[in-house]
Amino acid sequence: MKNNVTTALPVRASFGETMRPGKWWIQPVAVFLGLGFFIGYGTWAAFQGEHYHFENYLSPFYSPELFGESHHAVFGPKPSWWLSWLPWSPAFLILWAPGGFRFTCYYYRGAYYKAFWADPPSCAVGEPRKSYWGERSFPLIFQNIHRYFMYLALLFVVFLSYDVWRATFFEDTVTGTVSRGIGVGTIVLAINVILLGGYTLGCHSLRHLIGGKLNVLFDKPVRRTAHDCVTCLNRKHMLFAWMSLFWVGFSDVYVRLCSMGIWIDWRHIFNG
Amino acid sequence: MTTATFNIWRGDAAGGEFTEYTTELSEGMVVLDAMHQVQAEQAQDLAIRWNCKAGKCGSCSAEVNGMPKLMCMTRMSDLPTDEPITIQPLKAFPLIKDLVTDVSWNYKVKKKIAPFKPRQPDFEDGSWEMHQSDVDRVQEFRKCIECYLCQDVCHVLRDHHMHEEFIGPRFLVYSAALEMHPLDTEDRREDLRETQGVGLCNITKCCTKVCPEGITITDNAIIPLKERVVDDAYDPLTKLVQLVTKKKG
Repeated sequence: MKNNVTTALPVRASFGETMRPGKWWIQPVAVFLGLGFFIGYGTWAAFQGEHYHFENYLSPFYSPELFGESHHAVFGPKPSWWLSWLPWSPAFLILWAPGGFRFTCYYYRGAYYKAFWADPPSCAVGEPRKSYWGERSFPLIFQNIHRYFMYLALLFVVFLSYDVWRATFFEDTVTGTVSRGIGVGTIVLAINVILLGGYTLGCHSLRHLIGGKLNVLFDKPVRRTAHDCVTCLNRKHMLFAWMSLFWVGFSDVYVRLCSMGIWIDWRHIFNG
Repeated sequence: MTTATFNIWRGDAAGGEFTEYTTELSEGMVVLDAMHQVQAEQAQDLAIRWNCKAGKCGSCSAEVNGMPKLMCMTRMSDLPTDEPITIQPLKAFPLIKDLVTDVSWNYKVKKKIAPFKPRQPDFEDGSWEMHQSDVDRVQEFRKCIECYLCQDVCHVLRDHHMHEEFIGPRFLVYSAALEMHPLDTEDRREDLRETQGVGLCNITKCCTKVCPEGITITDNAIIPLKERVVDDAYDPLTKLVQLVTKKKG
């Protein structure tokens, strides 16, 4: 189909050119700094390979710990097949999944296209490049795999929920007895699951797969209810995206500083 | 008496410039009132398209201080008057004169979208059974007044001039209204992917921001269409399930 325009269009605006008054650049700069800081911290934390667990607390950057040195490791220590010249951290095995989920997320896509690629820098503001491919050709056509990352992200919510369960058990280092309790770390990890759950369960792809793809939902009450619930969370997707991003980073900081002995984890143990 | 200064674009497709006009403001005035006042008192040849003055006809679309808006729904009391207010025509369409653009491209695009194709009637009298919960979703899209502010702010049309490959947010909303209708049986996914450019949308949500009817264009229309296109073209797992269950997606 050719949607022809018969007369001349106005001249294309140059980079940053706009008639918008005020500080329109604040939002893209804030997104750039926020995402940039998180990527920087997350990469640093993933490369550390230590101080990612404290007693029964496990940093969400390292969960599930498939292979590693802590007692959280599912399959034992660092695998022998890991190439010796490659740097090693348990986070390398799993962090690509939640990272891929966020990278291909519809909200983040719109946000980082503006903040990191100025495509456009902001609404009704001129762009630096004349060419544009969109998401219909290589490389951005791969954004269409978002739903596969969503399947994995749902699994991660289950793993992190299990971590919260484990974080309610505390071992007495003197007697070796295990008691139930709640520490600040338990609450930190629980809030992390709630925020990540709100973000993941409000995913646009989940909304589509759970019911949005159907034009008639009346005769499917379970799917209709599920679709309504996902839609409800989807309306706050941006809010959950940022809150969960901040909190997952903070959860790692909390566990890390407790592990390093800088912060003390206050806790209440239920006796009997 | 309060006054406001406007920098109004004057010119045609051959060229033009911003011209400054100062006019008095009265209580309750909207930008369109101010333009009419300028037209009556200082520039009788100023071209403005308008009709209902109630935000329902979509005629008086223009760019107020750089953002696409309906002039009849933009209150002067909401604009800072300490500096000149710029008023210019839509940038995604060819200019005819002053604030009037040629939006006829949109009418041509609309004709090329596969029309509504209902299933066979449910009853002998030729009627269908539909439930409100299924209709609610597409009713949001029917609020569209075709002001084309969303088309104007979309950078694919505005900056990249890809009118031949992309139908724009307005017609993605229109396609969504048809595609998600509980009675519709037409499959528009291949058209959306191949010729209508749904993959060119990069989800900036600018269209949603400027919609005077508050339609959640990106989240409720464009992304669901993108997901349906993924079902059709980019998801081998869905294809496999369809093959096993022999269901059309």
